[in-house]
Amino acid sequence: MVRVGVLALQGDVREHREMLESLEVEVVSVKRPEDLRDIRGIIFPGGESTAIAHLLRSSGLKDPLSELIQQGFPVFGTCAGLILLSREILDGRADQWSFGALDVAVRRNGYGRQIASFEVPVEVDGIGQVEAVFIRAPKIEQAANEVTVLASLDKDGTHPVLVRNGNLWGCSFHPELTTDSRIHDAFVQSL
Amino acid sequence: MSNSPHTGSTLVKRGLADMLRGGVIMDVVNPEQAKIAEDSGAVAVMALERVPSDIRRDGGVARMSDPKMIQDIQATVTIPVMAKARIGHFAEAQILQALDVDYIDESEVLTPADEVNHIDKWAFTVPFVCGATNLGEALRRIAEGACLIRSKGEAGTGNVVEAVRHLRTINQQIRRLQTADASELFSLAKDLQAPLPLVQEVAERGELPVPLFCAGGISTPADAALVLQLGAQAVFVGSGIFKSEDPIRMAAAIVEATTHYLDASVVAKVSTGLGDAMKGWETATLETRLAERGW
Repeated sequence: MVRVGVLALQGDVREHREMLESLEVEVVSVKRPEDLRDIRGIIFPGGESTAIAHLLRSSGLKDPLSELIQQGFPVFGTCAGLILLSREILDGRADQWSFGALDVAVRRNGYGRQIASFEVPVEVDGIGQVEAVFIRAPKIEQAANEVTVLASLDKDGTHPVLVRNGNLWGCSFHPELTTDSRIHDAFVQSL
Repeated sequence: MSNSPHTGSTLVKRGLADMLRGGVIMDVVNPEQAKIAEDSGAVAVMALERVPSDIRRDGGVARMSDPKMIQDIQATVTIPVMAKARIGHFAEAQILQALDVDYIDESEVLTPADEVNHIDKWAFTVPFVCGATNLGEALRRIAEGACLIRSKGEAGTGNVVEAVRHLRTINQQIRRLQTADASELFSLAKDLQAPLPLVQEVAERGELPVPLFCAGGISTPADAALVLQLGAQAVFVGSGIFKSEDPIRMAAAIVEATTHYLDASVVAKVSTGLGDAMKGWETATLETRLAERGW
């Protein structure tokens, strides 16, 4: 059985765990560097990116994860997890860092505060329609040419909400909050 | 599924509470404190004019904060900003929603505006958190539209005893429902003074339909580790941070303890040399019990 980690410092870890368990994946909650052993990929959950970034440092996970990601380790980031993967963060804290591995620019809370949070069906390449839940979501404002847009709010693909570049997957919304596990399954199948 | 974007759905409102899990929500009274909270790894701040221990000391009527201070805090931090409305004071809640706060706390810490009715929270796009001392109270608030439940504890005392009582009570009552036969749930719903469908849902799931956080009297990293092990999914810290000797260190230490609550070596490390926690009150000697507010 494939072992997949869920970064478990803060956020909706439980929903990601449940989603992976439903796919018969062995799930490891990652809180310390030694938890990274023997996992084939990792999910960065939704939560508060500033809090998770803070805890990545204090837990000693930042450097080993950064090294793994540079070596091509598969990561799927949702919402805050996408922010942590992105090359550029707009409207973040002045000192906000990220792993910088996924070549997209994201705007924190780019869709507005909680009152503007929304759900909407989107069409995902190779999967079909999914209900996408956006919560104080980051907006992908720019994606490099080599980044594949798997889902977009516009038909012409100019407003990406799910992207992939090789082993790195980033999603503005929260597939883990629904009962539809197809996006998680696609990530797991890629491992 | 409708094809146009839908705001204010139950999934979207409860979803933000899911994102706050494993985190610390800190009471702050000005932008400087809000900045310290965010720097320390808070997942949200609660903007209010006086922390509960000062409300307790000053007496008088405690109301919603001045919009100016809420806006100043919103302009300072990137994390969610919550604010408190009085129990039943839907006009204060309307103002908070108009200010774009991310969560409204219908709070017993403020002086209640209605001695019978809580706010109809379904009428709002912004989600609400409400306090509860037991399962019946939690389910009544959820029936009114609350998307997040917190223990009440006894705010402003720096004493965690009431929060522990509330968490234990809620969990015991949930376990009781889980062991009940389906035909007993009608009478249990009556005893809990809670709607039957919610009682049935809790009996089935073994937990509340919304996240359960802890508030009231958390003052040390050990307090956070305690309530998380008792089943709270995140913590609100009110007076405990900015009434301590070294708020910056205390804030960071409570954040670490909340993440690593099962690892006593981490909690021990962050608890070392923190300086004095807030002084605190023995709850048996209190004249005003905030937890008794709410119906």
